Amino acid sequence: MPTIVSVGIDIGTSTTQVIFSRITMDNTAGYFTAPRISIVGKEVFYRSEVRFTPLKTAVLIDGDAVRGIVEEEFRRAGMKPENVDTGAVIITGESARKENAAEVLEKLSGFAGEFVVSTAGPDLESIIAGKGSGAYQYSIENDCAVANLDVGGGTTNIVWFRGGDTVGKCCCDVGGRLVRLKKDGTVESVSEAAKRVADEQGLSLRVGERADEQTLARLTARMAELLSEALGLVPETPLLRAVQTPNSSPPPACGKVSRVCFSGGVADCMEASRAGTADFLRFGDIGMYLGRALRENAALSALRRVTASETIRATVVGAGTYTTSLSGSTISYSPGVFPLKNVPALKLSYQEQQAFLDAGPDALYERCRWFLAQNDAERMLLALPGKLDPTYQEVKRMAKCIVGAMDRSLPAGEPVVTVVEQDIAKALGNAMKQETNGRRAVAAIDSIRVEAGDFVDIGRPLMDGLVVPVVVKTLLFG
Amino acid sequence: MLDEKTIALIADEVARRLRETGRFPPAADAPPVENAPESAAEPAPAEDIASAEHKAKPLLRSAADPEALARMKRRTTARIGVGRAGPRLNTETMLTLRADHAKARDSVFADVDPRLLERLGLFTVQTQCDCKDTYLTRPDLGRRLSDEAVRTLEERCVKDIDVQIYASDGLSSAAIEANLERILPVLTEGLEAKGLKLGTPFFVRFGRVAAEDHIAELLRAKVVCVLIGERPGLATAESMSAYIVYGAHPGIPEAKRTVVSNIHKDGLTAVEAGAYITEVIEQILRQRKSGVDLVK
Repeated sequence: MPTIVSVGIDIGTSTTQVIFSRITMDNTAGYFTAPRISIVGKEVFYRSEVRFTPLKTAVLIDGDAVRGIVEEEFRRAGMKPENVDTGAVIITGESARKENAAEVLEKLSGFAGEFVVSTAGPDLESIIAGKGSGAYQYSIENDCAVANLDVGGGTTNIVWFRGGDTVGKCCCDVGGRLVRLKKDGTVESVSEAAKRVADEQGLSLRVGERADEQTLARLTARMAELLSEALGLVPETPLLRAVQTPNSSPPPACGKVSRVCFSGGVADCMEASRAGTADFLRFGDIGMYLGRALRENAALSALRRVTASETIRATVVGAGTYTTSLSGSTISYSPGVFPLKNVPALKLSYQEQQAFLDAGPDALYERCRWFLAQNDAERMLLALPGKLDPTYQEVKRMAKCIVGAMDRSLPAGEPVVTVVEQDIAKALGNAMKQETNGRRAVAAIDSIRVEAGDFVDIGRPLMDGLVVPVVVKTLLFG
Repeated sequence: MLDEKTIALIADEVARRLRETGRFPPAADAPPVENAPESAAEPAPAEDIASAEHKAKPLLRSAADPEALARMKRRTTARIGVGRAGPRLNTETMLTLRADHAKARDSVFADVDPRLLERLGLFTVQTQCDCKDTYLTRPDLGRRLSDEAVRTLEERCVKDIDVQIYASDGLSSAAIEANLERILPVLTEGLEAKGLKLGTPFFVRFGRVAAEDHIAELLRAKVVCVLIGERPGLATAESMSAYIVYGAHPGIPEAKRTVVSNIHKDGLTAVEAGAYITEVIEQILRQRKSGVDLVK
């Protein structure tokens, strides 16, 4: 069965990791029908060590040192950038807010194959971590609701899955590295969020002063309580909103869950802090205290624990194995049009789509032109819901409208690309080809869901050209 | 046998007794029931119990996890979560099952609407079957054209062609009515755009798949493609298939047929199937083989 190699690189607030995985594809449709290529297996075959993220200052990531780490991990795994088909470099947590995050990604971009992408944003991280931890798969296999809490250095990313659907996500500035401590307990740094928690509790945490056991225990107990508030287990207090990660969603009201899964570095501390001999200052931060506090929190421990298949590596495994999806297997495109990277998506609702179809290409042209100007973009794609079981006339009308509008609004040489939710891309793409008559390259792919504001990467065709790998990126920088 | 008068008497008696139970709408000429709510005068339109919306409603009253049941039901058309009455199906389930079965039977026994064929410009020829009963009991006759059909095709069709496309009722006229108008123009335009010579399309009544072998030979078509209604099931009666053969002749092994099945609105939609089949036919012509020999 054909496989592709995917890389995941996660540059987090405290750690940087690299994994390689093999994604297996197969035609899962019967012999007597149109092909349906699906991902049938994912296997992580190389996991790097967990390294501390090299920082130049508190607000600058050391891009060269990160590049060095990645280079070395490629070498150790026996991989070359040209062997890698897809994947994601993601800068997560507070690191994504570092001043030079974009520059760091730039340093890595040529590295990890042609198709590797850079994504970030707290909500997306929550989903990625929940998929990497195994909580997503668990919710499918047991057909139940699970919340995954990825408790990292700077943030806790929470996602709710129900039977394989993502039903909610949020992110709080609660993490093991919010307070950094010297071996003797002297406070080295305190993050804004930790300060807010300490102030509310009337705790004194000053850089250069020693923090006693009890202060750290009370601080982290309050943090654990904030997470139980985010899960809706206890009534919300104003402090929860004060520690909500910028650009993340507020805790959603998606009902109480009965099962919870912990991932992230602090998940390991939950067990490690149990031993009587545990060195609580081993990592030079409050991670061990927070781990103990999570374990001892009454509301959280009343829930059924789902064992994470990945803890500290959940995000990187999620990034490496779950960001790529496959298009539908009946699609249409001009030869050589892929790969396409970082294409902003103009999303139309069903009502908008129908309105534009009725109004004709001029109205849609105005919309496309406006969209390109807004995004300062040279290229774009049109994301449409499409129509269930359309007639051929409807498909042709749709193609005429799309091509009529985009041919006028796009600069010369740019392809006309549509992503449609319903399985009609081959018919639509063929009609678009007839409409452009060779003036422009076209592509129509389906069975992919794109939201407004998303950026899309489409890789080179796979499986004899039947499918293309697609990465939908929700947010570039928070 | 009961005569009509007796049946009418029985029906009246049953209705009268049901009315006494208060669970049956009053007869039109009956005096209004006292204190009846006004809306009772106008009964709600009957719901189509064979519709997808109706079947989506879980009947199990005491499911431990109703949401999980709803999710499971969304993933299958099988009748799960319907509960039971002792060892039997509930009345509701029984009725739905029978409605689906009735639809399936109708799609076998009904004829394709002649107005559809007229709209698509298709003339009709017949196999050696003279009626549905012969068609169902004599598969061999459904594989050969009648003498008259042979004469008509000789007269009206272009010969020595790359591709002959035609439609046939097969075991579901409903499938043809649901899909033919959507798929045919995609196919003809798509194949013509590739510069292929197409035959004159038509409709074959009482046709089995293998009738295409006879037709391909008669019209000297390199490739023949029949769009035919599939034996209906209880999930859908509107499933159509395309059977495509290179160099067909009567007696050609079944393994030489390339099949694209499950064409209906909840499976592979007709327009998408048309676009896909266009490419399959192009491949078959390039490789000069079909069925299991075709390298996909």
